[in-house]
Amino acid sequence: MSENDQPVDEPTFEAAEYADGTVTYPPHTVGPNGAERVGTVDLREYEGRVLTWTTSTATPPGVREPNTLAIVEFDMDDEYDGPAVRALGQIAEREDGSGETFDVDIGDRVEPVYAGELREPGAGIREPESQRWDGFRFRPL
Amino acid sequence: MERVAIIGASMTPFGQRDAWVRELLAEAGAAALDDAGIDGDDLDHLYVSNMASGEFEGQTGVPNALAHDLAAQPAYTARIDQTSSSGGAGVYAAWQSVASGASDLTMLVGGEKMTHRTTSEATDVIASLTHPVEYKQGVTLPSFAGLTARLYLDEYDAPRESLGKVAVKNHRNGVDNPHAQFQKEVDLDTVLESPIVADPLRLYDFCPITDGSAALVFCPESVAEEYVPEDEYAVISGIGGATDTHVVHERADPTTMGGVVDSSDIAYEMADIGPDDVDVAELHDMFTILEFLQSEDLGFFEKGEGWKAVEEGVTDRDGELPINTSGGLKSKGHPLGASGVAQVYEIYEQVTGNAGPRQVEADTGLACNVGGFGNCVTTTILEGNQ
Repeated sequence: MSENDQPVDEPTFEAAEYADGTVTYPPHTVGPNGAERVGTVDLREYEGRVLTWTTSTATPPGVREPNTLAIVEFDMDDEYDGPAVRALGQIAEREDGSGETFDVDIGDRVEPVYAGELREPGAGIREPESQRWDGFRFRPL
Repeated sequence: MERVAIIGASMTPFGQRDAWVRELLAEAGAAALDDAGIDGDDLDHLYVSNMASGEFEGQTGVPNALAHDLAAQPAYTARIDQTSSSGGAGVYAAWQSVASGASDLTMLVGGEKMTHRTTSEATDVIASLTHPVEYKQGVTLPSFAGLTARLYLDEYDAPRESLGKVAVKNHRNGVDNPHAQFQKEVDLDTVLESPIVADPLRLYDFCPITDGSAALVFCPESVAEEYVPEDEYAVISGIGGATDTHVVHERADPTTMGGVVDSSDIAYEMADIGPDDVDVAELHDMFTILEFLQSEDLGFFEKGEGWKAVEEGVTDRDGELPINTSGGLKSKGHPLGASGVAQVYEIYEQVTGNAGPRQVEADTGLACNVGGFGNCVTTTILEGNQ
């Protein structure tokens, strides 16, 4: 996926890189090994595999129901030897207008796709201004 | 460092209660004072374990409210919030207060009022403990359980039925607990055919939403017999607390709860025992999968073998290592801040020989209280004087 394919205003899928080479998502103020943060890695540039998934049928206010979620482990570059880089994310909806999400299973290859609003800000208990509500879902390759 | 004794205990009925949080706390607190034969103004310290009384009912300042209701002034008071492990963290704070010499008499009361909220609202209050990148995806604690259960079943080739057997066992134990929310058995088919909540987990793999409170009274072991006979108190021989990553997907092995491993290592070392010396245990079975993970991470069984112990009846009340004789969170209910206190209440009843129809042969018992999805953990070991 090249950067030219992305809408101009699409945020990056920002992970943090530390002086010892470790990458984490989400970024930490202090790296897991106490290492200084030295840069960012855009996880849009990486594909991953489904480590595990679930479909939640009892969702909180402002969350789609059902909500299929997966923990995805990214395939990092060959030289990366730090801890696994993973993200929890919703599985994307099919593009056939059915409103259903793609089926996934353990080991399936997926890519991140941007969503402007993952759940309705303010419908739940958390203060809407306290965090972002856009982010990335995962779509099977 | 002073050895710390528990000389009094109580718990309210768990379930759907008309009482609000301060009434629940006062009910358990007054009963524990009575059990220890003391008055509120005898207390040096008074702690309240509670996760979210402000969010659930708009009542903050609960320790001061409780001191008012129990005439406990001028005791030092504090609220202990560590989400679902607030109760265990409260036991830790109460133990510290006495072990350090800061208090000669401490009471801990844990409580939560939840059932006036819808399941969706209560789930959201609890899910608000998650990191922003998790929360915005709509994750819930049950979702983490579904994600982890699928991985566990896949990795260790465990049958789905084994999770259901945890629910069946703990409901069976709850029948004999007059304080439990569900005092009825369920059969395996009912569990396995109940509605899906977080695939592959179903309704009966989850604890209910609950109101309730529980309380414990602590003093130095050296003076315990001034309050109760020798066989009526228990000693905290080991206690440890630990945290794991805030973000669940950052754990090297998502089927291992590092906080359980680390907190129990500390507790075993302090008590100078190992997992084989534990006679009875209360584990945080908020979801059936958690009983497998904890029983392994506490060292009772090898990694990936916890499900076999349940299948073989090892953890039944009449088994080699009874787990959740109280019915566990699954059957007894899970009023967040009360649960860790109620776990220690059950172990206290077991090692002092007062567990009635639930009684097992036990000199040493362990309670493991988990907050978040293993984010914060307290492990407490009690020894009786039977």
